[in-house]
Amino acid sequence: MMVSPSRILRSVLREEAFYFFTSIGNYTGQSAASLDEFLQKIKEVNIKSLEFHLYREDFEKWIAQTLGDTKLAEDIKGLRNMKVVGNALRDRLYFLVSRRLKELKGTPQVSVSK
Amino acid sequence: MVSAVIKTLGFLAMKIKGQGIALDDLDWQILQLLQKNAKWTYTEIGNKLDVAHSTVYDRIQRLEEHGIIKKYRAVVDLEKTGMQQITALITIHTDPKESEHIANRLSESPEVLEVSSSFSEELVINAKVVSQDQAKLHSFIAQSIAPLPGVLRIRTSIITKKYKEEASPLLL
Repeated sequence: MMVSPSRILRSVLREEAFYFFTSIGNYTGQSAASLDEFLQKIKEVNIKSLEFHLYREDFEKWIAQTLGDTKLAEDIKGLRNMKVVGNALRDRLYFLVSRRLKELKGTPQVSVSK
Repeated sequence: MVSAVIKTLGFLAMKIKGQGIALDDLDWQILQLLQKNAKWTYTEIGNKLDVAHSTVYDRIQRLEEHGIIKKYRAVVDLEKTGMQQITALITIHTDPKESEHIANRLSESPEVLEVSSSFSEELVINAKVVSQDQAKLHSFIAQSIAPLPGVLRIRTSIITKKYKEEASPLLL
């Protein structure tokens, strides 16, 4: 099922945003309501938060289920399987999301039904 | 263990303002005994205080009618039941303009047992929450608390062992 780039790039409701935690119940105060904002937060949040969510599969779930981007979710799943941690994780995650953003923004906004 | 939960603050307010019912020493003594053990009979309480059981009955009826004795409840040791449940203490740092709203929203959730606000360096909301496991606890915090407007950050401690659990005592 294809999802249009515009749908993937949209801003979601506050209740659907991604909330960054460093461990169970410990919210950093950082959240992202769109893929653009998510990319920005990758640079800013505590590295513990990136590790916490990557290995809980939270990133790929949010990107696939809320934003509807199964391609990026698969890329992130691959990153999880590589067991990357620390700044290497931040750099690699940033690379994957920014590359996907360029791809989506470069795609003509044709209507492709969900 | 069973304990009486008593609306202490409500009572104190009445006493200070002289409104509602006036409590005497016997009422206070009955309340203290009920807090120790709410299963004591009227006769047992009467024997301890050297008054008739009918007097104790009348006093307790009156305390209940006026809402000073709010309710009686069982404090269950869930560890002994083998039931899977965790309790967490959550500290929510908030925008002061939104703290009242956040506290009210939390109070509506059945899994939230207690909600209070406190102030040290900044205003925070404190909540005691129960959940079946850590995954469900995290989902509740991520989906029901973090998105509330005005939530700045959240710190959560999971209780590993309880050493004491009592209702608020009457500090006379």
